[in-house]
Amino acid sequence: MAEKPKANVEVKNLATRIFKPIIPEAEGRNMVIAGLIIVITILLMAVLADVIAPYNPTKFAGKPLSPPSLQNPMGTDNLGRDILSRVIFGSRIVLVVVFSAAMVSMSIGVPIGLISGYFGGKLDRAISMVMDSMYAFPSLILAIAIAAVLGPSVVNAVVAISVVYVPTYFRMVRGQTLSLKSRLFVEAARAAGAGNTRIMSKYIFPNLVTTAIVVFSLSIADAILTEAGLSFLGFIVTAPTPDWGFDLSSGRPYLPSGYWWMITFPGFMVMLLALGFALIGEGLSEVYAPGRER
Amino acid sequence: MMVAESLASNNKVLKIRNLSTHYFSRRGVLKAVDRVSMDLRKQEFIGIVGESGCGKSTLAFSIMRLIQPPGKIVEGEILFNGKDLLKLKDEEMRRVRGKEIGMVFQDPMTSLDPLEKIGDQIVETIQMHEDVDKKEALEKAMKLLESVGLPGDRVNYYPHQLSGGQRQRVMIALAIALNPTLLIADEPTTALDVIVQEKIMEILEKMKREGRSIILITHDFSLAAEKSDRILIMYAGWIVEMGDSMKLVAEPLHPYTKGLIESVPDIWLARKIKTMPGFPPDLINPPPGCKFHPRCPKAKEICKREEPPLIEVNGRLVKCWLYE
Repeated sequence: MAEKPKANVEVKNLATRIFKPIIPEAEGRNMVIAGLIIVITILLMAVLADVIAPYNPTKFAGKPLSPPSLQNPMGTDNLGRDILSRVIFGSRIVLVVVFSAAMVSMSIGVPIGLISGYFGGKLDRAISMVMDSMYAFPSLILAIAIAAVLGPSVVNAVVAISVVYVPTYFRMVRGQTLSLKSRLFVEAARAAGAGNTRIMSKYIFPNLVTTAIVVFSLSIADAILTEAGLSFLGFIVTAPTPDWGFDLSSGRPYLPSGYWWMITFPGFMVMLLALGFALIGEGLSEVYAPGRER
Repeated sequence: MMVAESLASNNKVLKIRNLSTHYFSRRGVLKAVDRVSMDLRKQEFIGIVGESGCGKSTLAFSIMRLIQPPGKIVEGEILFNGKDLLKLKDEEMRRVRGKEIGMVFQDPMTSLDPLEKIGDQIVETIQMHEDVDKKEALEKAMKLLESVGLPGDRVNYYPHQLSGGQRQRVMIALAIALNPTLLIADEPTTALDVIVQEKIMEILEKMKREGRSIILITHDFSLAAEKSDRILIMYAGWIVEMGDSMKLVAEPLHPYTKGLIESVPDIWLARKIKTMPGFPPDLINPPPGCKFHPRCPKAKEICKREEPPLIEVNGRLVKCWLYE
């Protein structure tokens, strides 16, 4: 067992750590599986949009405002575009935005939380104060404020949403670090001569990973709603690009006249995707919670 | 200084002079270690005994310089093999930890990283200080486990697969991985049963025979009396009595030591257990004079006013006015 390359073994260990609890019977396992099915289906839909969408989402595809039919399963919008195709293509932007935003906020929030919680003191108090004041804003309001300053674009939406979720990661990681750093195995590592960098990266960080994954899924679920909100207000895309939130706003004026299909389908998709990630997050937190010591 | 002279002897591994470690809380300053001086000879097994909160663990952590805020070492010298640990830079001190001084902790259930195989944890400790490849380090880890009485293949086990006693053996293997000259064991057997305790103590004694100096921190007087060459009794941050274990047990000088000995349960119930009246003092507002006087059966007028000096009696040191 000694001659195995180190990196390989470690990757394998990490993979077992993350996926092993999903496979055995555990409370919350079914939630994770249900969530994964939803998310993976929507992911596939986004990737294969060109193949599966029946029409070009930005081109005329039938009589404007026609109700769901065999030709247009979700009906057409006010410009005669196929809503099913728009829903399929619309998944791309929301997924790109929330995934990149979650990655960015995780890669900012996790290290800051780790450092702040580990070293404590004045630095920690200052950072915590900034983060808490950001956290005090409702996420959508803060995202709107940032997006309004930066101007409408996909990249700016990613920036706005990333900023909003940094405090979520920060608070979680800081709290975990505070409890981990007083654990005896960290003290023992220090007594064995480990320096701060090593203690943070080798002893504290691996013990944070499972919680970070849970927060990742839950914050994505929330970010989907924020993205839809920004898009609804026109902060992400401009016509004719398909995006669920944006299509909601273009369908809204037609709702009172009885054209319900224009907003029902994109709205349902937003809800479904958020539900998928929420299920994964909640399920994982139940899977991990009881046996974290393992 | 009187202490230094009375303990004068060669090959000292550790020489602590006038060490004070205080915790700064909102209520005030807590003097957990209050001007403590002690020595440790090469290959000596010393037991530090006292109640919870008497400062014995703080003393150990001070030697390792692992005191975290709000605690701080405020004065004193810790000479280890001739160098003052308190004057080392952080990076130099980091290299002393593990390499020159090893430490074993109280609770073996939580002192190992739950996510890492024990072999990897030992390998990592070795690689922190020595430039060896993983294979070599792993072989060394297996030898270390064997030296503490565990099969070498336990390197592939995770901590949760081992019992408390086995984990404590792993902790000792970790602490001696780099062959430190001094091993500090902070209540190493408190969380274990008596049979396992004996096994762990045997390992510590073996470590001593191999040439290391051992500091055993415990609240178990009989354990310290049985295993150590010298005992050091701590009370409220002071060393109140220090001397040869046999003599100290046979003829305790300090009233606190007497009280401790009388409160050790006797399995044959040949004598009645006497408990000591009162509680350890609040170290933020300690009693004036001798900190032990409110609980002392022999307290005199002077004890309430003035701090007793450390007096040499029959080759032992005792901090008590009775012997002035």
